[in-house]
Amino acid sequence: MEYFLQQLINGLALGSIYGLVAIGYTMVYGIIGMINFAHGDIFMVGAFIALIAFLILIAIGITAVPLALFLVLLIAMLLTSLYGWAVERIAYRPLRGSFRLAPLISAIGMSIVLQNYVQLAQGARVKTLPPLITGVHTLLDLGNRFVVQISNIQILIIVTTFALMTGFSWLVSSTSLGRDMRACEQDLKMAALLGVDTNRTISLTFLIGAALASVAGIMYLLYYGVIDFHIGFVAGVKAFTAAVLGGIGSLPGAMLGGLLIGLIETYWSAYFSVQYKDVAAFSILIIVLIFMPTGILGRPEVEKV
Amino acid sequence: MKSARLVGLFAAATLLAAGTSANAQITVGVAGPMSGQYASFGEQLKNGATLALEDLNAAGGVNGQQLKLSVGDDACDPKQARATADRLAGQRVPVVFGHFCSSSSIPASEAYAEGNVLQISPASTNPTFTERKLWNTFRVCGRDDQQGSLAGKYLAANFKDKKIAILDDKSTYGAGLANETKKALNAAGVTEAMKESYTQGDKDFTALVSRMKAAGIDVVFIGGYHTESGLILRQMRDQGMKTLLMAGDALADKQFAQITGALSEGVLMTFGSDPRNRPAAAEIVKKFKAKGIDPEGYTLYTYAAVQVWAQAVTQIKSTDPKKVAAAMKAGKWQTVLGEISFDAKGDITVTDYVMYQWKADGTYAELK
Repeated sequence: MEYFLQQLINGLALGSIYGLVAIGYTMVYGIIGMINFAHGDIFMVGAFIALIAFLILIAIGITAVPLALFLVLLIAMLLTSLYGWAVERIAYRPLRGSFRLAPLISAIGMSIVLQNYVQLAQGARVKTLPPLITGVHTLLDLGNRFVVQISNIQILIIVTTFALMTGFSWLVSSTSLGRDMRACEQDLKMAALLGVDTNRTISLTFLIGAALASVAGIMYLLYYGVIDFHIGFVAGVKAFTAAVLGGIGSLPGAMLGGLLIGLIETYWSAYFSVQYKDVAAFSILIIVLIFMPTGILGRPEVEKV
Repeated sequence: MKSARLVGLFAAATLLAAGTSANAQITVGVAGPMSGQYASFGEQLKNGATLALEDLNAAGGVNGQQLKLSVGDDACDPKQARATADRLAGQRVPVVFGHFCSSSSIPASEAYAEGNVLQISPASTNPTFTERKLWNTFRVCGRDDQQGSLAGKYLAANFKDKKIAILDDKSTYGAGLANETKKALNAAGVTEAMKESYTQGDKDFTALVSRMKAAGIDVVFIGGYHTESGLILRQMRDQGMKTLLMAGDALADKQFAQITGALSEGVLMTFGSDPRNRPAAAEIVKKFKAKGIDPEGYTLYTYAAVQVWAQAVTQIKSTDPKKVAAAMKAGKWQTVLGEISFDAKGDITVTDYVMYQWKADGTYAELK
C-alpha cells in the first residue's frame, strides 16, 4: 500500500511534465491540424534558457530561491515564447495554404535546426544545476521500514501543472482569445470571414504553447538537474504519445494522456521490469488506439463541409 | 565579394602547397564520443592524443615524420562508430587511438581490420574487444572480467549480510561489467537481492529507486555511465535512501561530481590505479596542468597508447600496421603508465584495478 502510494507520487510528477508538454502538441493540432514536431525542442530550449537565467541570477547575487525561481519563470516563459512565435512565423505561416505534408516536413526540419543550434551554442556535454529545491515530507509512516515521502519539488511540479491547466482551460473557455481559438479550430476560413484575426490567434497559440513548454522545461531542470541538447527528442515523443493517447486536439485529454503515460511507466517499472517500461507504455497506446482511434477524450472527426 | 573569393583561392593554394611540401607527415586517428552525453570522455581521449602528438612532434616526430591528428566522432553510437571507422580507414591512417565505448570499439575494429588499420583503445574494457582473434585490436586499459572480479569480491567481503542490487544500462560495457560482477559475487557465495536494467539516456529513475527502497537495498552496483549513475544517486538521496553506490571505471569523470554535487561523498568506483600518481607520469601531468587540463580518467591512457605506437614504429622503422602489431606484442614499452607489454590477444599483461572512493568535493582517491 505504501509502496503503491509512493509510486503514485512518482508517476504523477513524471506525468505532469509530460502533460505540460503535451498541451502544446494538442493545441497546435487543434487549431491548424498539424503536428508541431519542433515542440519538444522548444521545451529543451526553455530548459536551457532557464538554466542560463539561474546561473546569471546566482552570479549577480540573487540567491533567494523563491525570488530566483519567479524571475527565471518570467525570463524563460518570455524568451521561449519568442522562440515559439518565431518558429511559427518562419517555418509554418508561409506554408499555411500549401498541401498538408509541407508544414509537417518543415516542423521536422525546425526540430533538427533547434537541436543543432543548441548543440553548437551550448556544447554537447550535459549541463547540470545543483539541487535548489530540497526537502522531503513524510506522508505516511506505518511503522514498517517503507515510508511514503513527497519532496518539495514533486509538490511544486504537481501543483504548478494543475494550476496552469486550470488557468489555461479557463482561458480557452471564457475569454475572447479562447473564443477566437475555438473558432479557428472549427473552421479557419469561416472564422477569418467573420472577423477573427486568424494570424494573430495562431501566433498567440504558439506563444502560449511555448510558454507552457518552458514551464515544463524549468520543472524538468529542477527535478532532474541534468539537461542536454537532446532531451527534447525523448520528452517530445513521450508528450506527443500522451497527446494522441488522450485524444489529440483535446486539452483535458493531453493532461490525462500525460498522467497516464507517466503512471504506466512508473507502475510497470514498480511491479514488472524497468527494462520494458517503454514497451509497456507504447503497447498500451497501440491497444487504446485500436479500440478508440480518436484517443480517450478525443471527439470523432466530423467531415467539414 | 570578388576579393573575398580571391583570398579564399589564395588560402586554398597555400594549403595545397603546405600539403605537398609536408608530405613527410603521418595522419593518425583518435576516435570517441566527441558529442552526445558522453562527450566528456571523448574530450579526455582527444586531450591525451593531442598532447602526446605535440610532444612527439617537438622531439622530431617518428622516423623523422611529423604527426597529424584526425578526430572521429562516434557519439558512443555503434552505427556511427562503424561509419567513423570507415571514414578513418578511407583516410589510410595507420593507427586509430579509440574508441571509448565498448559498443563502439567492437564494431569499429572490424572496419579497421578490413581497412588495414591498427586500433589501440585506451578505454574499452569489454572482454569481447580483444577476444575475437582480430590482428589489429589492442588496449592499454584493463578488462571488465578483471574489474568485475574486483568489484564482486569487494562486495562479497564487505557487504556479505547486506542487500545488494546490481543494475546495468543494457550497453555492451554496462551489461558486461554487471554480469562479471555478479559472477564474482555469486562465486563468493553471496546472492544479490535485485538485478535490473534501465535504458541509456533515461532521466527518471524514481520508480526504480522506490523499488530498491521497498526491497531495502543497502548497496547498489551499477554497470553504466556517469550520467545515469549520477541521477540514480541523486534520486536515491531525494527519497531519503542512504544506499551506497558502487560503479565501474565509467564514473571517472568530473562531470559525475557536477551532477551529484556533494552527494558524491562515499561513492565507490573501480579503476586502474590512478595513473596521475605514477612516478613515470609526473612530468606529463605537469604539462597537462600547465594547459589547464586535469589529466583525469582516460587522458593518460590515451597518451600512453600513442607512446606505445610511436615506440614500436621507431623500433621497426615502418608504420605498416601489421608489422607494428607484431612488434607491439613482442616488445616492452616505456609509457607514462609505466612499463607496458601485451599478450597475444592485445591485452596488457599487468592490470591493477583498485577501489576508489569519491569525496564530497568532487575528487576521488584510492581506498586504502
